[in-house]
Amino acid sequence: MEVILPIANATAAAIARVSAAFNAPHARAVVFGIHIDGHLVVEGLLIAAILFQLSRKSYKPPKKPLTEKEIDELCDEWKPEPLCPPIKEGARIDTPTLECAAGPHTTIDGKEVVNFASANYLGLIGNEKIIDSCVGSVEKYGVGSCGPRGFYGTIDVHLDCEAKIAKFLGTQDSILYSYGISTIFSVIPAFCKKGDIIVADEGVHWAVQNGLQLSRSTVVYFKHNDMASLASTLEKLTHGNKRTEKIRRYIVVEAIYQNSGQVAPLDEIIRLKEKYRFRVILEESHSFGVLGKSGRGLAEHYGVPIEKIDIVTAGMGNALATDGGFCTGSVRVVDHQRLSSSGYVFSASLPPYLATAAISAVNHLEENPAVLSNLRSNIALLHKELSDIPGLEIASDILSPIIFLKLKKPTSSAVADLELLEVIAEKVLKEDSVFIAATKRSNLDKCRLPVGIRLFVSAGHTESDISRVSTSLKMVASSVL
Amino acid sequence: MVRLPFVTAATTLLSFGVILGFGHLRDFFRRVLHSLHFVGEPAGGNLKGYAPICEGTDDFYVRRFFRRVQDCFERPIASKPDAWFDVIERYSNDNNKTLHRTTKTSKCLNLASFNYLGFAAADEYCTPRVVESLKKYSASTCSSRVDGGNTLLHVELEELVARFVRKPAAILLGMGYTTNSSIIPALIGRGGLIISDSLNHNSIVSGARASGASIRVFQHNNPAHLEAILREQVAVGQPRTHRAWKKILVIVEGIYSMEGELCKLPEIVSICKKYKAYTYMDEAHSIGAVGKTGRGVCELLGVDPADVDIMMGTLSKSFGSSGGYIAATKEIIHHLKHTCPSHIYGTSMSPPAVEQVISAMKVILGEDGTDRGAKKIAQIRDNSNFFRSELQKMGFEVLGDADSPVMPMMVYNPAKMPAFSRECLKKNVAVVPVGFPATPLLLGRIRICISASHTREDLIKGLEVISDVGDLVGIKYFQVEQDRATSVQNSETEEASVNNPRLLC
Repeated sequence: MEVILPIANATAAAIARVSAAFNAPHARAVVFGIHIDGHLVVEGLLIAAILFQLSRKSYKPPKKPLTEKEIDELCDEWKPEPLCPPIKEGARIDTPTLECAAGPHTTIDGKEVVNFASANYLGLIGNEKIIDSCVGSVEKYGVGSCGPRGFYGTIDVHLDCEAKIAKFLGTQDSILYSYGISTIFSVIPAFCKKGDIIVADEGVHWAVQNGLQLSRSTVVYFKHNDMASLASTLEKLTHGNKRTEKIRRYIVVEAIYQNSGQVAPLDEIIRLKEKYRFRVILEESHSFGVLGKSGRGLAEHYGVPIEKIDIVTAGMGNALATDGGFCTGSVRVVDHQRLSSSGYVFSASLPPYLATAAISAVNHLEENPAVLSNLRSNIALLHKELSDIPGLEIASDILSPIIFLKLKKPTSSAVADLELLEVIAEKVLKEDSVFIAATKRSNLDKCRLPVGIRLFVSAGHTESDISRVSTSLKMVASSVL
Repeated sequence: MVRLPFVTAATTLLSFGVILGFGHLRDFFRRVLHSLHFVGEPAGGNLKGYAPICEGTDDFYVRRFFRRVQDCFERPIASKPDAWFDVIERYSNDNNKTLHRTTKTSKCLNLASFNYLGFAAADEYCTPRVVESLKKYSASTCSSRVDGGNTLLHVELEELVARFVRKPAAILLGMGYTTNSSIIPALIGRGGLIISDSLNHNSIVSGARASGASIRVFQHNNPAHLEAILREQVAVGQPRTHRAWKKILVIVEGIYSMEGELCKLPEIVSICKKYKAYTYMDEAHSIGAVGKTGRGVCELLGVDPADVDIMMGTLSKSFGSSGGYIAATKEIIHHLKHTCPSHIYGTSMSPPAVEQVISAMKVILGEDGTDRGAKKIAQIRDNSNFFRSELQKMGFEVLGDADSPVMPMMVYNPAKMPAFSRECLKKNVAVVPVGFPATPLLLGRIRICISASHTREDLIKGLEVISDVGDLVGIKYFQVEQDRATSVQNSETEEASVNNPRLLC
């Protein structure tokens, strides 16, 4: 009896409290005309239920990683592509083999031929003085330099060659590279990084394209050698865009385009560069030693002071009849490359005898300016003679030492065009002993300019050579096309 | 493997911290002085309105680290890079910012050039032939191989290289760096996978990036990790689409030039065969220098050359010339001759350089009628093993495997490296310090390259100088262990002799 009473009192008190909560004035609500008592309690219970559900983990189907056996099966099933595609019938590049030096006259298969396939613009292949200096260099320094420039691969002839080129061009300093095409594709990534803007001509050759790709910058192409297109591209990129003032901007052009023989109008480019504040990288492989009153390149030709061009690169495998390349500019430009240009830092340096050949070639050019006038008269003569070949037209500039002949009526595919041109080149070699070369393209090359036949004019060619090639081309072109 | 003592790591980090601290302090003062107009623009500074060609932070490393030690690099020489050569002395008036040449030279022992078989010197067989080819073909052909630059010499060399390396065919390219960076894009493209060793050379990295394929890196010389990556990648496929990979190319090197180690070729080749991946081996430092007849790592480790799909090598190290080659099956070489851009667009290799390689290979193969080639290969092996064991006896920490002519000596501390290099130069020994960024930050080293033209006396002189300078600079890290080992031995013999007096007599 004494136990039951307190329990009964406690339960009664609890019930009274709960009903008080239920019946309290603020616990009454009217929802849609219905009286509800104790809505606070009900809402409290609902909130508790919601929180409970939220705190539970959602259902995800369990992740089953692949078992070892399954991985084995997948590896067995996988069939990779062959490393190279099978050889297509008829796809062959058969190059003639030279049996002596690649001068204006050379020997192929025992026969003497006239050679228009070597970019020997100043006729320095076979020059006695240059060969003697190379022989002396081989005897003093050996053939290879056995090390990169940073680790005892710097030989005094390299430093002399750099100084000579800088003095010849009138720039502050220059830097030598050990291979022609590696020059431009090492220079561009050294200065252009991700986030920079580069405006390049669409007809630049593969080495420049490779450099642009390795640099990871934003690249915008403009129509080949079209200054109006360049101006509008520059305008579009800088118009109203405040941010472009903080990022580095470059224009990349070639002085004489390898893929078409056009000459870039440097004065117009400099005017645009100064207006829109871009820097210019000029690739002068085919114009160094050719254009300009004394062969100093495109800047001399247009009368532009060389300081206005920020970076000039060139391969020495053309007019200078040696190998390797150089880049020239201000001290800051050149110094920066000595540590950050991958083709300079991570590669063995130029063989010393080739640097000696470069020094001798520049000396020869300074002492004998007559070679330039020989070259110019040869170019003019050949240009005139080739202007009326049936089926082929000249696409290159009148000053360019590369005479580029393209088909007047091209077929729809570049491969078919190339085969036709190869047939012409082979016939010209077989029937008339004249050696010319059709442009060959790699499938990794992005350039879409038309293919053609390139003739490299040399100062060592004679008038009879020139008339021989023009008559031969006229005959063969009319028979094939 | 490198065992980095804790104290050395701590002092190296402290060293770097001090240099960094001072560098930032000087930069801070320069900025303050510049804003107060006491100091002008940095040399060749920015033009108005143009973004600077080199950012301030980009060349912090160059200005504050590298300039202090610039005199140890790009030292010009005035002779052949033979066993002894003439190093031109330079001086600086402005704390290493600009260095000027003098006409004075000093004759130094060359432990730095990649002249493994001694062909940098005038050779009685090679040099007359090179001079003859120079007179016949001139210094250059001014044309690419596919236009008008293909001479009889080039054709002969390609056949000879294929025969030397024991592959069906080969292609010759004008420069070693361009070989890697333009062949890899011709072999593999988007949709393919490249798995490359973590310590591969910059040219391989640049070629892999240019190809557009996906790249994965496996731990240096670790076949187990390579297998794990291969299994995972073949099972999972391309990222995001999970389609199967088109092909997988595994790229390794024969001898790693910063470690002196040989690649674990047999295991890697067997793993690649099992998972149907293609192998590409870069033998820049090992062709001509290792192997019983100089044929490289395949011969040394007993791997059949037909198992390695593509073998690449350079001709500037063991053959004293310049250029590179790729050797593979006839179909692959045919494909490369039609697509590789540097073959189609680059100037063909200079004919005298081609002749140098032809003559050097003939000497190595013994086809010149003498056994000088075999003697050179035996000489470089003996020289390397002798030098390495002597250095280890002296207490230096030397990396690399037996028979490898490249031996890096660990220095760690960024101040000890230029000190070692300058002290050695004073004593007429030329060595090469290599540090960040070519190696990891804490693992700076001195790299020594042995040549077959070093005589035993040359090596002993080199060892003496290195030992003296090593004591002076304090890099004999294993000296303590050596001393302890010898002292334990001594105490044992003393005990034994005490117990057994007859031993002393």
